[in-house]
Formats: sequence, C-alpha cells, structure tokens
Amino acid sequence: MQEHDMTFVRAEMINAQTAPVSERGVLRWLRTNLLSTPLDIVLTVIGVLLVIAFVPPLLNWAFIDAQWTGPDRSVCATIAQGGVQPEGWSGACWAFVNSKFEQFMYGRYSFDERWRVNLVAAIFVLLFIPLLMPNAPYKALNAVLFFFGVPVIAFFLLVGGYFGLPYVPTQQWGGLLVTLVISFVGIAVSLPMGIVLALGRRSKMPIVKMVCVVFIEIVRGVPLVTVLFMASVMLPLFLPAGMTFDRLLRALVGVALFASAYMAEVIRGGLQAIPKGQYEGADSLGLGYWQKMILIVLPQALKLVIPGIVNTFIGLFKDTSLVYIIGMFDLLGIVRQNFSDATWASPQTPMSGLIFAGFVFWIFCFGMSRYSIYMERRLDTGHSR
Amino acid sequence: MKNLVKLLVGAGVLAAASSVASAATLDDVKSRGTLRCGVNTGLAGFASPNNQGQWTGFDVDLCRAVAAAVLGDPDKVNYTPTNATERFTALQSGEIDLLARNTTWTLSRDTKLGFNFAGVNYYDGQGFMINAKNLEGITSALQLSGASVCVQGGTTTELNLADYFRANNMEYNPVVFQALEEVNAAYESGRCDVYTTDQSGLYSIRLQLAAPDDHVVLPEIISKEPLGPAVRQGDDQWLDIVKWTLNAMIIAEELGITQANVEEMANTSTNPEVRRILGKEEGSTLGADLGLPNDWVVNIIKGVGNYGEVFERNIGSGSPLKIARGLNALWSKGGIMYAPPIR
Repeated sequence: MQEHDMTFVRAEMINAQTAPVSERGVLRWLRTNLLSTPLDIVLTVIGVLLVIAFVPPLLNWAFIDAQWTGPDRSVCATIAQGGVQPEGWSGACWAFVNSKFEQFMYGRYSFDERWRVNLVAAIFVLLFIPLLMPNAPYKALNAVLFFFGVPVIAFFLLVGGYFGLPYVPTQQWGGLLVTLVISFVGIAVSLPMGIVLALGRRSKMPIVKMVCVVFIEIVRGVPLVTVLFMASVMLPLFLPAGMTFDRLLRALVGVALFASAYMAEVIRGGLQAIPKGQYEGADSLGLGYWQKMILIVLPQALKLVIPGIVNTFIGLFKDTSLVYIIGMFDLLGIVRQNFSDATWASPQTPMSGLIFAGFVFWIFCFGMSRYSIYMERRLDTGHSR
Repeated sequence: MKNLVKLLVGAGVLAAASSVASAATLDDVKSRGTLRCGVNTGLAGFASPNNQGQWTGFDVDLCRAVAAAVLGDPDKVNYTPTNATERFTALQSGEIDLLARNTTWTLSRDTKLGFNFAGVNYYDGQGFMINAKNLEGITSALQLSGASVCVQGGTTTELNLADYFRANNMEYNPVVFQALEEVNAAYESGRCDVYTTDQSGLYSIRLQLAAPDDHVVLPEIISKEPLGPAVRQGDDQWLDIVKWTLNAMIIAEELGITQANVEEMANTSTNPEVRRILGKEEGSTLGADLGLPNDWVVNIIKGVGNYGEVFERNIGSGSPLKIARGLNALWSKGGIMYAPPIR
C-alpha cells in the first residue's frame, strides 16, 4: 500500500458555478414535482394523457363548435335531428342560454318592470362594495343603510303596489333574482339570529337555554325539503279557504330558520374555543353580560369561525334550489324548466343549460370563499405573539 | 305516524272541501279580474315557457280559453306551476280555480279527492319507443318479449307495464329510474331496448335524442290516460263554464270557425248553428245561462283558436313535437273528440 506523499490544499476560493442542468430551472421543477419517484412518473403520464384526452374535446365542445346565437333548436341539432348542423356535430348550445338569458335572470318578472330589479341590484352593489372594503369610510352609516335600508327599498321596488308602481306577484319572480333574494335574506337573518341562539344555548338561564336547544335541535333534525313540502302541500289544507301564504314568503321563512340553526352551532363552536380567562378577564373588569360578549368574546369567536360561517353561507346559497319543491323557480329551476320548451329541445340543450347554471353558482360561491380567505388573513392578528 | 298523517290530511281535505264548496268561483274570478290556473311545472308542448318567459302550451291554452270566456281577455291568467303531488292540494285549498295539468281522469280522483273533471282535452295512453336500428323488424309491442324496458319508478306507467307483459305472457326486464332525465340518458346510452311512458311524452323525448329518426314509437297503446281539466266539486256553474269552454272549442273546429275567420263568420254567417254558438241568434240566452256574456265563444276563438288550431300549434304539425291527431281527431275524422251540441 502506497502512502500519498502529496497533499493538496486549495489556496483560493473556487469560483461559484451554476448548478447542474438537472438541478435548476424547468428541469429541476419537472424532476422534483412531476418525476421524482416511479409512482410520480406513472401518475404524471396518466395525468398528461387525461389532459390530452379531455381538454381539447372540451374546449372544442364549449367554444369552437359551440353555437352562440340562433332562433331555435335547429342551430343546435344535426340534420338527422331536424337541425342544420352536419352529421356528427357536437357543440354547446349557448344559443339556448343566450335567448333565454333574461328569463334566467328575472324569471317571468313583467317586462316593463325589469328596470326595478336592475335598480335594486345597482343600489345593492353600490352599498355592498364599500361595505366589503375595509378602508372605505362611513362604515357604520353604510352598514345601517345596507342592512336596514336595502331590504325596505328592495321590498317596495320589487313587490310594487305602492307609489304608482304596478304590483308584481312573486309567482312571476324567478331565476337569479329569486336565488339572490332568498340567499340574501337567509344570510342577513341567519347571522344575527345564529349569534343570539348560540349565546342562548350557552346561557345559564334554564328557560332561555331550553328554548334555544329545542329550536336548534328540531330545526337541524328535520330536512329542509320536508319543511318546504309540508308548507306547500299540507299547510294550505289547514288554512281557511282562500287564505294562502305567499310562496316566496314560505321559502324565505323556511330557509332563514334553517340557516339560523346551523349558524348557531357554528358560532357556538367559536364561543367554546375562547379560553375561560377571556370571560373571567371581562368579568373582572366589571363588564356586564352584553358588554362582555360584544367587546371581548364575540369579536374573537366570530373571527375563529369565519370558515364555518362562510361554509354555511355557501351551503345556503346552493340550498335555494330546493324551492322548486314549492313551485318557485330559482336559477337552476328555471333553466331546467326551459328544457321542456319544445322549440329548444335538442341533445345539447340540457348540458349547456346546466353548465351555465353551474358556472353562475360557482362565480358567487367562489367569490364568497375568496373574500372569506382575505378577511381571515386580515384579521389574523391575535396568535402571532 | 302514517295513520296520523292520513288522518290529518283527511281532516284537512274535508275542511277544505266543505268550506270552499259553496264559494262561487265565477264571482271570485270576475271580482279578482284574473283566472288562477294550475299548470305543469314544465312539459314540452303542454305547458312550458317560451323565449319571452310567457307560458305556452296545450294546457295553457285551455286556461287562456276559460279566461277569454269569463273575462274577455285570454291574457288575464295567473299561472301556478304545480308538481304531481302539489296539484291536488292547490285545487282543494282554493289556491287555483282550475287545474289544467295533463291530469288523468280517474274515478278515485273524481270521488275521493273531491274534484270534477270538465271533460277530456287530450286522449293519451302509454306507449313504447324503440331504436329501430338495433331492433330491426319489430313493428309491434307484442314482439318485445325478453326486452329490457326503461321506465320511471313510482308511476302508473310502471304498473301498466307489468300488467301488459303479464297479460300477454311475455318476459321483460325493467330498468327503473326515479328522474325522467335519468331514464332518457339510460335509453340513449343503450342500457335498455325499449322506453315506455305516455305517448305524448315519447314524442318530446325523441326530440332530445341524438338520432331521432332511428327511434320509432310503436302503435300499441296499453293504457287509457284521458287528460282533462279539473275543478273543485260543489260549484256546478263553474264546472259548466269550463266544460262548455272545451266543448265550444271542439264544436268550433267541426264548424270550421277559426281564429282568423271568427269575426267574419259572426257577422256574415247564415248557418243557424254558427249564429247560435257565436251568440248572434235573436233572443238566444245561451251565454247568459252560463253566467257569461253572449259572445263568449267569439272571445274564446279570437283568443286561442279552435281545438284543432290549439292542437296543431302546440303539439301537432305546427310544433317541433309533431304529434299526430290520432284519437284526438274529431269523431267525424276518425278520432273520438266529440262534443255535445250547444243549443
């Protein structure tokens, strides 16, 4: 065995070199993210194949071969189906959505009165956007106007019958209008009512506590479908002849009560997560019950349960579709109802209509979800000690 | 629990029936200025919204005809879309004045539910549709032994199907779905050979198939489904009005009175029958006896047209459905549409 008799000591620093090709840039990203293990490689290949298999036909169907305008079903049907398209054609029938668009938005709301819906929508947006922006001034005034002014204005404008505005019966309402009215009322009622119920359930007063527990458990235990069904099929039989409750009102009451019960449980979760020290601290400062709750406990509790609250809102928004049971037609209901219009019946119509309805629902739900994430981040101050 | 619900419903029906029975629907409609009509929540050709969102269809036109007869204006109708269960409550509770929602006239509905049917505006029946390309040579439902049949669950359709195959000693394989859309999809994808539902429905479903010309509706009709308008029991005057509105439309077709020529015929016709119906005979009180103006038939025909016109416009050759008149042709033309005389 020969010993090394030379030693090598580098006298100066070596120049920094760029990382090997496989360790930087796109290649590195590909290697670590897509191809790092055999399993990853297999999954990546499958994924790429799926994308190739589904995305081009989908884009083709939804955009390139789609029909955007047309008078009736003939533009969305092949010659064999009684239309004008060549054999083997398959594309979205946006012409159906296009020609029914107003109906999807307003339902059967009288033509000449639709400006009233637009006006309400404009007022709503004008007051709602500053309310969402944390930096906008006059928050208190804005909130009062939004939560107390808008419902009153909306009622008089939408229903009519006063100030020379013609009466528009709620049977004629439909589409997105009904979806938004029900979910706005549901959300606006359920949050305060949910807070009250949650506080009541944790109250030390036995009667208050019992009433709240019974309400929450009964409402949570019965499906909304059942309640709406009872309200539309059974209730009219017990009322005196000719006396009927407005269908929209039945839906509003049902949805608001349900959302409140769910909301109460979400908020109770937040209340229980607040450490006992906070309650005792507030007591030791000499605060009364309401001061303690409003100043100390609720701000922290509500912040904690923002995801749960928004979850309930989104669920409520989508639950509005259940009003089809009482013969009202929200966005999804009116889209489905229009499938029965023989002038538009074609193999492509149902899919196109449902995708449109799904897209509109998604826009609203995604908007709510993003805003809640933004608020969570903004309010996330307490735990960074 | 079930019994309790039954009891409650029963009590409710009784209460509703007894309290509503005496009310004069005609006066209510007149003082309200609109007719409240229960229609389907959406059935191609019978009740569906058009591009402007207005209700159109075969049943809708009956509502419009009654409104024209009573109020002189076919547009004075408030439509209440009702589903299969809700329709009966809506009528019993007085939420609607008239139910024109492709409802089959049966004895139990006439008696137990406390309704009166004012006639038949469409003779329907359960039929079969097959894909003729896959099942070549089949021209009759009696050749369908061993077939798998797509059918909507929980309907009389399902029961009729079982009866028919058993009565003819044939085997079949039911493929049952709850929603109509699912049945359509299953039939389209070839999960079953045969689709069965009411014949009028088969024609509208055919429009949504990828290759409608490959599918044929077999000639057999295996059940009687006379569809007609219903009103509450106990108001004979109102029943008469609806009944004779329908009859007047049928008679107008017999006599060749159409939407286009009704004014002219009213003024110039010398045919005593035409003059009598259109209220032009001296001293005739036919309309007044019903509690209507004497030119009630003129209003109906001007508003919606005669029975034939309504049929062709909504479900017949003038519509995408292209349903043949069949049983619904006039008695003089091979059908069974027959109205007692107006005199």
